[in-house]
Amino acid sequence: MSGSPSGAVYTETVVHMAPEQFAADAPYQIAIVTLADESRRTVRIAGERVYIGDAVEFIEERNGIPFYRKRV
Amino acid sequence: MKAVAVIGIGKTAFGAFPDRDLRSLAVEAGQKCLADAHVSASQVEAFYLGNFAGPSFVGQNHLAPYVASGIGITDVPCTRFEAACASSGSAFFHAVSSVAAGLYDLVLVEGVEKMTSQSTPKVTEILAGAGDCSGEIRVGATFPALFAMIARRHMHQFGTTREQMAAAAVKNHANGAKNPLAHMRKVITMEQALAGKPVSDPLTVYDCSLISDGAAAVMIAPLERAREFTDKPVRILGIAQTSDQVALDMKEDITTFRAVRMAGERAYRMAGVSARDIEFAELHDCFTIAEIIATEDLDFVAKGQGGRYALEGRTCLKGERPVNASGGLKAKGHPVGATGVGQICDIVTQIRGDAGELQVARHSLGLAENLGGSGATAVVTILGAA
Repeated sequence: MSGSPSGAVYTETVVHMAPEQFAADAPYQIAIVTLADESRRTVRIAGERVYIGDAVEFIEERNGIPFYRKRV
Repeated sequence: MKAVAVIGIGKTAFGAFPDRDLRSLAVEAGQKCLADAHVSASQVEAFYLGNFAGPSFVGQNHLAPYVASGIGITDVPCTRFEAACASSGSAFFHAVSSVAAGLYDLVLVEGVEKMTSQSTPKVTEILAGAGDCSGEIRVGATFPALFAMIARRHMHQFGTTREQMAAAAVKNHANGAKNPLAHMRKVITMEQALAGKPVSDPLTVYDCSLISDGAAAVMIAPLERAREFTDKPVRILGIAQTSDQVALDMKEDITTFRAVRMAGERAYRMAGVSARDIEFAELHDCFTIAEIIATEDLDFVAKGQGGRYALEGRTCLKGERPVNASGGLKAKGHPVGATGVGQICDIVTQIRGDAGELQVARHSLGLAENLGGSGATAVVTILGAA
């Protein structure tokens, strides 16, 4: 994957009403994260809910979707 | 450049109409507009149609001549414009430009969308096509999710609250309840708005506009000829269309719509007015937070103060500057491709003094703001009595 493996949450939301192709995943959290090089990307959050400012790290890419989780 | 005026308007009701197809809605609005403008179909020199996703919603392409021929317009340029929720705002901008340039005298501009024949998850998926499908959408963002992330950031930076957002919904429902053409004619309370079913946190169903069917049309002509057709021409004093990144994560600051700010500045300059001269407005409240941010981007209120401005009631029907007297996208409905031209119809109705129960006190100068996607297209129009 491109970019830095870790970053900070710039903004986030929990999607309750999903589009047809992700209906089975709902509710799920997505976030825009600011990476170390200051670029931003939209990612899926796995595990614990995150909030603006939280540090997150890359886990893996599944079906082309980058998954991140809260860094502990 | 010639001065341009609106000489006629026509709208269908907005709502869920299972027995109506796209063409019948568009033809109804077009015919009402021709009648209002006292223009016959054979006099129309060009037809501009705004439509976001007819091919996806109803499987029909080649929509401009498909609709125009139903109205009786043939032999002239008929063209469809697509700019997400700003599709008919964009059609209107280009139509006005062509008349201003002297290409045509009589141009019919329409917007139409037929959305309710699809399920809500399918509509959500089609609407998501207005985002960046290689990034944010692939990850699972919906349009409510994009605006939810905008709302979260606005709340974080400026202390905007859910009550302030809900105030915009309560106001727009109160107005929509009095609009005979509105989709949802139902007053809601603050308590209801705050307890709505979650769509994408922090947005609930009461923060989101409606999935609607509907069409709207306007006839434009050079101002110098307007009085041949109507006693109440409405002049287009300023108009601008601008663009920005499609993907939300490509924008430096998501608490402002750069495209709206720039379109506003250009439209104000062209009209020779400033924000404080604007007496009333129709703003693109696809989500409550979008109305709040629009009041900031158009300089109705200082940056970060839009939430407070909404909660203080200053944008209510009887407030200092009514916003969305029609009920807005929230209550009037949001048949995506019809919204931009629908806003122009609503402003013209107010300037003519024909808005009945919804008539605003001062109605000589109004502004319409039409937003596409999460801010990649914006069209701002300033209209005044001619």
